[in-house]
Amino acid sequence: MAIFKKGSAAPSNADTTANAAATPDKQQPWKELGLKEDEYARIREILGRRPTSAELAMYSVMWSEHCSYKSSKIYLRQFGEKVTPEMQKHLMVGMGENAGVVDIGEGWAVTFKVESHNHPSYIEPFQGAATGVGGIVRDILTMGARPIAVMDQLRFGDVSNPDTARVVHGVVSGISFYGNCLGLPNIGGETVFDKVYQGNPLVNALSVGALRHEDLKLAKASNPGDQVILFGARTGADGIGGVSVLASETFDADGPSRRPAVQVGDPFAEKVLIECCLELYAADVVAGIQDLGGAGLSCATSELASNGQAGMRVQLRNVLLRDESLTPEEILMSESQERMMAIVPKRDVAAFKKIVDKWEVEYSVLGEVIREPRLYINWGEEEIVNVPPRTVAHDGPVYERPVAYPAWIDALNADSSSRLARATDAAALAEQIIEVVSSPNQASKDWITNQYDHYVGGNTALAMPDDGGMVRVSEETGLGIAIATDANGRYGQLDPYAGAQLALAEAYRNVAVTGATPMAVTNCLNFGSPENPEVMWQFKQATAGLADGCLALGIPVTGGNVSFYNQTGDVAIHPTPVVGVLGVIDDVARRIPSGWQDEGHNLYLLGTTRDELDGSVWAGVIHDHLGGKPPVVDLAFEMQLAQALNAASEQGLLASAHDLSEGGLAQALVEGVLRFGVGARVWLDEIKQVGNVDDTAALFSESTGRVLVSVGREDDVKFVGLCEARGIPVLRIGVTDGSADTAHLEIQGLASWTIDSLRSSHKATLPALFG
Amino acid sequence: MRIGVVTFPGTLDDRDAQRAVRIAGGEAVALWHADADLHKVDAVVLPGGFSFGDYLRCGAIAAQAPVMESIIKAANGGLPVLGICNGFQVLVESHLLPGGLIRNDVQTFVCRDQKLVVENVDTPWTNEFALGQEITIPLKNGEGGYIADAETLKRLEGEGLVAFRYKDFNPNGSLNDIAGLRNERGNVVGLMPHPEHAVEAGFGPDTSVAMRSGVDGLGFFKSVLNSVVNA
Repeated sequence: MAIFKKGSAAPSNADTTANAAATPDKQQPWKELGLKEDEYARIREILGRRPTSAELAMYSVMWSEHCSYKSSKIYLRQFGEKVTPEMQKHLMVGMGENAGVVDIGEGWAVTFKVESHNHPSYIEPFQGAATGVGGIVRDILTMGARPIAVMDQLRFGDVSNPDTARVVHGVVSGISFYGNCLGLPNIGGETVFDKVYQGNPLVNALSVGALRHEDLKLAKASNPGDQVILFGARTGADGIGGVSVLASETFDADGPSRRPAVQVGDPFAEKVLIECCLELYAADVVAGIQDLGGAGLSCATSELASNGQAGMRVQLRNVLLRDESLTPEEILMSESQERMMAIVPKRDVAAFKKIVDKWEVEYSVLGEVIREPRLYINWGEEEIVNVPPRTVAHDGPVYERPVAYPAWIDALNADSSSRLARATDAAALAEQIIEVVSSPNQASKDWITNQYDHYVGGNTALAMPDDGGMVRVSEETGLGIAIATDANGRYGQLDPYAGAQLALAEAYRNVAVTGATPMAVTNCLNFGSPENPEVMWQFKQATAGLADGCLALGIPVTGGNVSFYNQTGDVAIHPTPVVGVLGVIDDVARRIPSGWQDEGHNLYLLGTTRDELDGSVWAGVIHDHLGGKPPVVDLAFEMQLAQALNAASEQGLLASAHDLSEGGLAQALVEGVLRFGVGARVWLDEIKQVGNVDDTAALFSESTGRVLVSVGREDDVKFVGLCEARGIPVLRIGVTDGSADTAHLEIQGLASWTIDSLRSSHKATLPALFG
Repeated sequence: MRIGVVTFPGTLDDRDAQRAVRIAGGEAVALWHADADLHKVDAVVLPGGFSFGDYLRCGAIAAQAPVMESIIKAANGGLPVLGICNGFQVLVESHLLPGGLIRNDVQTFVCRDQKLVVENVDTPWTNEFALGQEITIPLKNGEGGYIADAETLKRLEGEGLVAFRYKDFNPNGSLNDIAGLRNERGNVVGLMPHPEHAVEAGFGPDTSVAMRSGVDGLGFFKSVLNSVVNA
């Protein structure tokens, strides 16, 4: 970073507030720092003078798209507005904090959030992905919670492009390295390959934590006299300007040359920091806490003070450095990982020091909280920052960017999959089933997930390949949580409003099939450039779809993240709103797997199969086609279905339950038999008759609101009665049959495969590509 | 019965190992790396994780911790010690067990339900098992490839010091499919797989009966309670 001169950090070089007042006409590099002319003018207006270089650094990074949400704010508000009192009943902390907190009963609460680390992961896949995990885990820790699990939502380019393997290997090993070393079970996630992500992969990371109600912590500094303590790793030159330079500029051909701006992670330091923080919380010596992630000290100091409606006096010389040549501006912007800032009452400082010493964590007292709502930062004797913290942290610019209905979308919607050829003979259909389940997106992700520890903690009740991850929270009662995340960029491209609701409906259903009750939503909204009005339209539609959908389902959005500028040149990614749904289950012992383990059970298809193949996996894999309109979403029915599943689970009627989504019934059947290696005999006649659909639609349609369940014969009458009483269409479509080496999946009139042949079709794809 | 579970900075499975001890019927006692006092425990578990970030070599820094000085001394006096994964690496670095553990031959971290054959039941950690018994224990490591020179391997095989062997599939390139070892006296046992992750139905490996119902790991902790009672 050549914008600020490096040197021996001699005090005489510092651009002081007095100097700034005396030299109003000095040219400043606001443009290079990503500020717009009017934004720079507004900073001058706020301060009544030009900013010092340190102030300019702070404002530029805090007013970047990544930190300020300046383009998305006006749309994100609806997540807080489209709510009912009922939805907020269990919400202990809503949007705006590091992560939302939900009351799950028995005195327990959970906090969860998903965040993007897309751009760093393209430049340096290993460190980008690793620090993505590290950052979201610190967000969870900051709320006072013990992190209990992680998940990842990954989008890579086309498997045939040679650069894809570089990104895949780096990202997967980065997540494996960091997550495994933290001791957090990885309980699920998504991996999708599509050429639209070639120059802009998506690496989203989710973490969930559990806490007792009374342990809730907030990021605020409100009591004058409290000490401001920075602890954890030392501050170095990593990630300087990472937030504004990396996240707020679109990649162009010279993308990878910005390597030095990516942060470097040390999971060992973070693991120690987690245990150290939990011990600090238990000792009740922390009045407020904030992690240092994007925007580093600039963010932590201004947010803590602003949230506490107080001010802060900070001596920047007290920051422990890894590199003594850092300038004050660089120290303020550094994104060195594994650092936390605590607000500690004076009387507790000795106890605080004792605990951090035990964990051999370094710390330094930077200053103290003051009553006056002003942030003063000194570099030795000289004052280099003197600002109202709220103007840095919260009163950044807000844009209502131009929105334009995409010129191309009508033609795309008109290009329905109905014109695509459909196989009519059994052999060709059977061939298509194998093509679908062995395609990179539909194939088993074992090659990836087997690199993640899903056992650590001893509380994992469900993980990959089941539809949702589930973790026990209370060892005494078995109380637990389930999480699933989903997003289908192809649907998002066809209709971003429906695409967001489809992601929500699928994640909701994936939680419901585990036996848990959906309770709350987080999201990571991955889009192209907000400066493109058509992208802004997609964003507007998707946020409206998600907010309306949450209102319909009665579950609140508790927090999330926006990632813009996901594009290469002028070409934006498909709108990819990753939606995570959290559910609660009173006892994880009654969780339901996604496949059957018992022979002689009946297989039922719940819901209605329509001829809905636009945007489907079938259209993509068999015909390389994307066009038409996505499947219809019926959220009222999704609720009914979830309630029925919950009732059936509570009565112990379900041996397995598997959501139907990408790849339709064909995919669900193959996954169902492979889950435990128990076969099935299935017939399609009733599906075709009742839904008035052909073989292709029966097998591959992606109609929503459908679940494949297995039920023991002794529970049949009860189960069917339960569905009928609740208005859930239920069709018996087969029986489970034959285990071990003799097992087959037979679709009557079409084909029969041995489990072994299906297993090799489904599991060989990723190892062949990347192994 | 007091079973100590050591926590180094970077240890991950200490709480799991404590839970395993409790489920088996013992009393779990937390031991801290910087405290040389073993607090009168009857046996010690060195749990898995990435002690000291695996810096230098896995287990190398932990082997120098004050608590290890006491454990090495006590182990030489017959105290039962079980090293799991990173704990196995610590035992090797402490020269309580021979050989070394290197990066998996597949070059990636591997997490899987692993079949093992119990090859030696004359130890305080394996006496609940039958000789040749097949058990399924979760395995999760990046550096689990067991190596030793030819002479050491010959001695291990000749003296029956191989405690566990990988069955059907060698996940990390370990020589002779070695998954775990015992010392000559039998009181010290180390293995890469994680018995503490197979002690509670609902949270262990899948079995042919039910999802996550595998509890083969409980045998390790019950064994030590037997031997401590009988001692």
